[in-house]
Amino acid sequence: MKVEEKLAIDAFKTDNESHITINQEICHTKCKVRYCILVCPGHLYSYNEENKEMVVEFAGCLECGTCKIACLEGAITWLYPKGDFGVQYRFG
Amino acid sequence: MDKIDVVIVGAGLSGLACAYKLAEKDMQVIVVERGDFPGSKNVTGGRLYAMPIREMAGDMLEGAPFERKIVRERWSLLGDDNSIGIDFTSEKFRKENHSFSILRATFDRWLADRLMEKGVFVIPKYRVDDLLWENGMVAGVKAGEEEIYAHVVVAADGVLSFMGEKAGLKPKMSPHNYAVGIKEIIELPEEKINDRFNVDAGEGVAHLFLGEVTKGLFGGGFLYTNKESVSLGIVVGIKALMESKQNIEAHVLMDMFKDRYELRTLIKDGGLSEYSAHVIPEGGFDGISKLYGNGILLTGDAAGFALNMGVTVRGMEFAIASGIVAAETIAQAKEANDFSEKSLARYETRLKETFVLKDLETCKSMPAFLDNESFFAFYPKCFPDLLEKIMWFDQGPKAGIGKTAWSHLKSSGMMSWKRLMELYRIKNL
Repeated sequence: MKVEEKLAIDAFKTDNESHITINQEICHTKCKVRYCILVCPGHLYSYNEENKEMVVEFAGCLECGTCKIACLEGAITWLYPKGDFGVQYRFG
Repeated sequence: MDKIDVVIVGAGLSGLACAYKLAEKDMQVIVVERGDFPGSKNVTGGRLYAMPIREMAGDMLEGAPFERKIVRERWSLLGDDNSIGIDFTSEKFRKENHSFSILRATFDRWLADRLMEKGVFVIPKYRVDDLLWENGMVAGVKAGEEEIYAHVVVAADGVLSFMGEKAGLKPKMSPHNYAVGIKEIIELPEEKINDRFNVDAGEGVAHLFLGEVTKGLFGGGFLYTNKESVSLGIVVGIKALMESKQNIEAHVLMDMFKDRYELRTLIKDGGLSEYSAHVIPEGGFDGISKLYGNGILLTGDAAGFALNMGVTVRGMEFAIASGIVAAETIAQAKEANDFSEKSLARYETRLKETFVLKDLETCKSMPAFLDNESFFAFYPKCFPDLLEKIMWFDQGPKAGIGKTAWSHLKSSGMMSWKRLMELYRIKNL
């Protein structure tokens, strides 16, 4: 089962605004390792080589915060989604 | 500005336990929670050990929605394609209410409902953005345009504790102090769980896995039986994952684990009902934040109260106990009408008298001891391989059992100075 299919089973309330912002300048010029891609349990990060852009599908965020800890360059600004948004666990 | 006594950020176990005890002392308390309901943003493995908090909790957990009473403890060493398991059970565990599997969306919600019956406000969908300050003292919290003023703020806002960070009590989070847990809820009929896991109705299993599950990286797998589901997952050190030469993504590890023969047979025909993830404190005693400041206390995961001893993992009873001790501290501070750092320092003094800081201090050297590939790569491979050699009968005669064992232990490196030192060092734990 693909991780995308797993996420589709979860309950999300998606905000229009992302709670994760990425400093593309840092990703592009400073970061060689891209730990965010490796650590994210939702497989939400991907790097677009053409646009030189790090993309995060914030709507599927499980709100674990692992990327925030793993991003040593400080390119990721990660806040909790606003009240009433984000993942809503039914089992937890 | 009118102030209430206490505002608690986060309706998880430590926040709710704190509110429960404050309400018993007739103090004005508001709990704010960013999720749709308490428990909706929480993830546990998970098991709650009930004995350490039995006395201090009083009637708090009477009638709590536990999933199953844990009466079997299992550990497996997973090699590449073989494994060894230990299965422990005891009448003592069956008779006593020792530990229980729980699900947080059910459990925390239940506890919050109990609080509301006591007249405590638990406000959901409320994300706190910042702390309010007055003359160098924390004086409340701010969410958008709304402000709640209070004599004390309890930062019960979980492992990422933004409030602890804003108060300057929590240092920047370093990858080596944290792990990521990934969990799946697999639904199975109650009867089927009883049969497959060899337990009576209402009883359950806690199973930990080491080795190939994390490809030798710091961490392991877990399985807890719930009433009508199993909680199945992995935990892997964030630093270990980052430094891994294998470049395996965390979610792939989860899939590979689930796909093993040892797991497949246990969850066969079970449907996936939820996929979740959460960060776990792994720093032990040295990873604990500063616990108090002027007008603020840190509890539960926010403070770093979690203890991994390799064969057991604990956190939730630490959260509940710290919430209770925080409530006692605040009540005394109110009597003295002093909410300064000096007055709230009693929180740490009291925690040192309970299992919370005592157990963490006892196991101070555990994180460094466990930060060793031997436990995740070497032993989980060495022992199943040895048993495989002993149990396998091929054509032709077989070497003696002692000779087989000796030659395997020697050639695998078990007899090396490094391994002997590792065994010797166990005495310090």
